[in-house]
Amino acid sequence: MIPAAFEYYRPKDMASVLAILEEHGDDARVMAGGHSLIPMMKLRMADVPHLIDLQDIGGMSDIVIDADGIRIGALVTQADIIDDAKLTAAAPILREAALQIADPQVRYMGTVGGNVANGDPGNDMPGLMQCLDAVFTVVGPDGEREIPAREFYEAAYMTAREDDEVLTSVSIPPPTGGYAYEKQKRKIGDYATAAAAVQIVKGGGSCVSASIAMTNLSDTPVYSQAASDALVGTAVDDAALDAAVAAMLADIDPSEDNRGPIAFKKHVAGVILRRAIVRAWSRA
Amino acid sequence: MKDEVTREERVENLKGMGCSRKRVEDARFTQGKGNYVDDIKLDGMLFGDFVRSPYAHARIKSIDTTAALDVPGVLAVLTAADLEPLGLHWMPTLAGDKQMVLADGKVLFQGQEVAFVVAEDRYAAADGIELVEVDYEELPVIVDPFEALQSDVVLREDLDPKAPGAHGPRKHHNHIFTWEAGDKEPTQEVIDNAEVVAEESMYYHRTHPCPLETCGCVASMDKVNGKLTLWGTFQAPHAIRTVVSLISGIEEHNIRVISPDIGGGFGNKVGAYPGYVCSVVASIVTGKPVKWIEDRMDNLMTTAFARDYHMTGKISATKDGKITGLQCHVTADHGGFDACADPTKFPAGFMNICTGSYDIPTAYLEVDGVYTNKAPGGVSYRCSFRVTEAVYFIERMIEVLAIKLDMDAAELRRINFIKKEQFPYTAALGWEYDSGDYHTAWDKALKTVDYDGLRAEQSQRVEDFKAGRTRKLMGIGLSFFTEIVGAGPVKNCDILGLGMFDSCEIRIHPTGSAIARLGTISQGQGHATTFAQILASEIGLPADSITIEEGDTDTAPYGLGTYGSRSTPVAGAATAMAGRKIRAKAQMIAAYLLEVHDNDVEFDVDRFVVKGAPEKFKTMKEIAFAAYNQAIPGIEPGLEAVSYYDPPNMTYPFGAYVCVMDIDVDTGVPEIRRFYALDDCGTRINPMIIEGQVHGGLTEALAVALGQEIAYDDMGNCKTGTLMDFFLPTAWEVPNYETDYTVTPSPHHPIGAKGVGESPHVGGVPCFSNAVQDAFRAFGNTHTNMPHDHWRIWKTANDLGLHG
Repeated sequence: MIPAAFEYYRPKDMASVLAILEEHGDDARVMAGGHSLIPMMKLRMADVPHLIDLQDIGGMSDIVIDADGIRIGALVTQADIIDDAKLTAAAPILREAALQIADPQVRYMGTVGGNVANGDPGNDMPGLMQCLDAVFTVVGPDGEREIPAREFYEAAYMTAREDDEVLTSVSIPPPTGGYAYEKQKRKIGDYATAAAAVQIVKGGGSCVSASIAMTNLSDTPVYSQAASDALVGTAVDDAALDAAVAAMLADIDPSEDNRGPIAFKKHVAGVILRRAIVRAWSRA
Repeated sequence: MKDEVTREERVENLKGMGCSRKRVEDARFTQGKGNYVDDIKLDGMLFGDFVRSPYAHARIKSIDTTAALDVPGVLAVLTAADLEPLGLHWMPTLAGDKQMVLADGKVLFQGQEVAFVVAEDRYAAADGIELVEVDYEELPVIVDPFEALQSDVVLREDLDPKAPGAHGPRKHHNHIFTWEAGDKEPTQEVIDNAEVVAEESMYYHRTHPCPLETCGCVASMDKVNGKLTLWGTFQAPHAIRTVVSLISGIEEHNIRVISPDIGGGFGNKVGAYPGYVCSVVASIVTGKPVKWIEDRMDNLMTTAFARDYHMTGKISATKDGKITGLQCHVTADHGGFDACADPTKFPAGFMNICTGSYDIPTAYLEVDGVYTNKAPGGVSYRCSFRVTEAVYFIERMIEVLAIKLDMDAAELRRINFIKKEQFPYTAALGWEYDSGDYHTAWDKALKTVDYDGLRAEQSQRVEDFKAGRTRKLMGIGLSFFTEIVGAGPVKNCDILGLGMFDSCEIRIHPTGSAIARLGTISQGQGHATTFAQILASEIGLPADSITIEEGDTDTAPYGLGTYGSRSTPVAGAATAMAGRKIRAKAQMIAAYLLEVHDNDVEFDVDRFVVKGAPEKFKTMKEIAFAAYNQAIPGIEPGLEAVSYYDPPNMTYPFGAYVCVMDIDVDTGVPEIRRFYALDDCGTRINPMIIEGQVHGGLTEALAVALGQEIAYDDMGNCKTGTLMDFFLPTAWEVPNYETDYTVTPSPHHPIGAKGVGESPHVGGVPCFSNAVQDAFRAFGNTHTNMPHDHWRIWKTANDLGLHG
C-alpha cells in the first residue's frame, strides 16, 4: 500500500490544470476527493507520475439552483449534498442516494465530480445522474463541451471524457414527481449488490413519465428506457411492475463477484427496482 | 485514633473486585497517545518489506535482485540463499512443523514471503519490491483438503512422506496428522443400535482474526553490547524471546522483547512470522534498527487464519430425546505449513470439548490435518484452542437432532444438560468440567426473552408467509455453550515445551502504592484496570495506586502470554496468590506494630485490626512504610512478592444466548431484532469490562456467522484480501445487545474467576447461525453452511422453493 513516486500539483486555476495535462498527457491525472484514485495508486494499480489536485480551483464547489435547473460543481462533496436543504427540496433523491454512499468520513472527502467522472460501475452517482438526465460539463484545450450522463459511460473506467479534459460540473433539469434511491449492500461502505434510481411523474392516477437507472449491474451504469416506458400510461400496478422489471433485466448484464452469482444479482435487481418504483410512486 | 470513614466507604475507595472501574488505559487511547509498534522511531531506522508470491503453488527457478539493489535507498535484498548459512531460511512452527522464512525453492500459498527488501524508507522498499525479478514455474494448485488427500501432487517436498510427523503417522504425503479422542468402537456401537440418529456435514469456513493493528516489529541489534531488542505485536512476548533465542543462538539474557500497546490480537499475534526473523537478521546484517509493518492485505492474506474445519457428525438419542452418543470427524485444512498455535499435545486444540454442555455418555472424535495451497495458521480467533469449532459443531448437531426428533431445540438442550450436582463432571472425551449450573442459566434466558411467546409469534409468521401476507421469515437462534479456557495445567499444556503457567510480581512502594508486573500482555482487554482491582481487594491498597505493567521481558516475570482467555484464569490467579504473599508478610508487620501475636490480627478491607478491638489497627499504607523503614526483628525489609501459578485445571465459563432475526426471503438480508446474552464467567471482576468484552465477542461472532471469510478461487488466489470484501462489522451492522449473567465461581481458582473475553464469540457464532437456519426450519431446512451472507441466505430460500 505504498504508491510509486509522483509529482504533486495544486494549481489555482483551470488554465494551469489544462497546461499540466497537455504537457504530460496520459502520465497526468486530476484528483478531486481522491477516494478512488489514491487507493489505486497505493495498490500500484494506477500509475500516475503527475497528480493534479483540484482542491484550490475556485468556483467548483458551488451548488446553484435556479429556474433552469440545478448546477453542482465537481468538487461538491457527498456531505455538502446531504447538508444542503435547498438542494434537498429541489431534488430529494440526491440526498437519499448520497446517504447510502460509503460512510461519513468518505462522504466528507468524496466528490460528485470524482464519483461521476471515474467511470467505476460501482459508484452510485452515475446511475443517479442518468436517471435525472443530467449533463456533465467538461473543459479541455478546445474549451467547454457538454456530455449527457446517458451518453457518458462506455465501459468500466472508460468514458466520453478525453484524457486532456476535466469534468467541472453537473447540470440537472429540475426533477418532478416521486423519487426513490434503493440500494442493497453487504455492509456500510460497500458498493451496491444492486441499486435503482427512480423518478416518476403521476397525473390523474396514472404514470405520466418515468426514469429508471441501475447501478453496479453491468460494466457501466444502466439507464433503462424500456423499463421506464413500461410504466408510462399505467397505474403502476403489479402487471406494470412486472413489465418494468422484465425490461430492466433485459438491459443489465451483471457479473459474478464476492457479492454473489449472476442469478442472485438479477433476482435482487428485480426486487430492488420493484421496491424503488413502489416507493417513488407512493411519493408521486 | 477515631475512624471517620465507614467500612463501606473504605471498600469503595479501593475500587476492588466487582467495581465497574473506568479503564485506566482509555485516557491515552482516546487521545491518540497510545504507543504502538509503528509509533516506534529510532535513529537510523531502516524499513523492510516482502516480495510476495503471486502464485499459490510454484517452483522458483531464479531470483534476480540486481535492479532492486539499484534503487536509491535500497540497502539489501535477503533471499532464502542468504538465510541458509545462518540456518534461518526455515523456522519451527508452534505446531511441531517447520515453515519457510523465505521461499526455499518453491512457494506453497499466494502471498508467501519470497524476498525481504531492506531500505532507508518505506517508499524505497516498495520500489525495490517491484524490481525484484522472480522466475516462477507454476505447479498444480490444491485448495481442497479432500482433493489434497487423493492427489499425486506433493505439496511438502521437504518432508519424507513415509516418516511420521510431529503428531504421529501420516497417511499420505499431504496428510499432517490424525488425532483421536474418546472411544471409537463403543461409540459406533451406541450409534448403530440407537433409536434415533441424526447426521450432518458442515463446513466451518476459513476466516481471519483481522486485528485493527496489523502485525509488525522493530528489531535493533546493539553490536557493541551484543543485545538484541525486539519490539513487536506479540501476544506472548516471553515465548517469542525463547523462540528467538533457540533459533538464533543468541543467549536469552541478551534478548529483550517488548510488546508495547497492541491494537487487538484475537489469536493473530500468537505465532512467529517470517517478518520477525527477517527484521532480526536485517538488523544484525546492517547494524541498524529495522522495522517491518504489514499492510492490511499482507495481514489478511498471509498471517494466521482461523477455522477451516470440515466437520461430519452423528448424534444418537432415545426417542424421547436423551442423547446417547456423539461421533465427529474433522478434515482440517491447515494450509501450506502446520502453523497452528495449540498446546503441543493438542494438534486440534480442545476440539474434544465438542460434547458441549451435555451429558453424553459415549463419544469419539477424529481429526485429520491436511496440507493445501493456502496460507498457514489455524489460530484460535477470539476463543480457546478450536473451541469455536467444537461449540459450533455440537450446537448445530443439537438443532439437527431436534429436527429429527421433531422436538423443541430448547427442550432438547434442557433434558440433556449436565446437572448442577454432576460437577465436577468428567466428559466422555476426557475433560473435567470444574463447575456449572446450566439449567438455572437456561431457564433465566428463556424466561427473559419470553421464549414461548417468540415461538408462537414465529408460528404465526410462517402462516402469514404461506398465505402471502409477508415475505419475511423469523428465526430464533439458540445456543448454550461451555468454553474451556485458562490453559493450562503444565502437566498437559505446553507450547514448544514451554509450560503454560503464568506469573505476577508485586513491589509495594514505601508510601503505599505499588507496581505489579505480569507475564501476560493486554491487547485491549483492560488488564491495567482489572488486575489492579484483583490486587486492591487482596492487598488493601486502592486500585488507583497500583500500576500494572506487562510486555517487557527484561522486567516482567516469565509467562506464556495472553490468548485462550488465559489471562484471568492463570495470571489473574498468580496476581491473587502474589497478593496473598504480600498480605501474609503485612500481617506479621502489623502484629509487630500493634504489639500482638500474628494470629491476633485479621485483615479487614485495607488494614489489619486486632481481633475483637477494631479501634486498634494498622492500615496497609502504614504497614508498607514500616516494611521499608522500621527495623523489625526477624523480618527482612521490603514488601515484594512473586507468584508463578500452574493452574490445577482449566476453567469452564458458560452461557445462554438467544437471537431473534427477521429474514427477507427475496433479498437474503437478515435483520437482527434482538440478541440476549447471558454469561457465567464465575466471579465478576469488573462488570463494565465484561460488558465490553461481551459486545466485542458478539460483534466478531456476527461477523463470522454472517459474512466474514477468507475465500480462494481454484487457482489459490485469495478473493478477500481487502476490507471491501472481508467483512469487518461497524456500529451500522451491529444490533443492540442485551447482557445478563449468573455467577458460578470456579472452585479451584483463587478468586473464582473463569475468563470471559472469548465466551461471547464461542457462543455467539452458533447463535447467529442457528437463527438463520431456524427461520427456514418450517420449510424443510436442516443445515446450510456459514457465512450466511445475503446470497447464501437467498440461495437457501431459493433451494427451498420460496421464490415461487
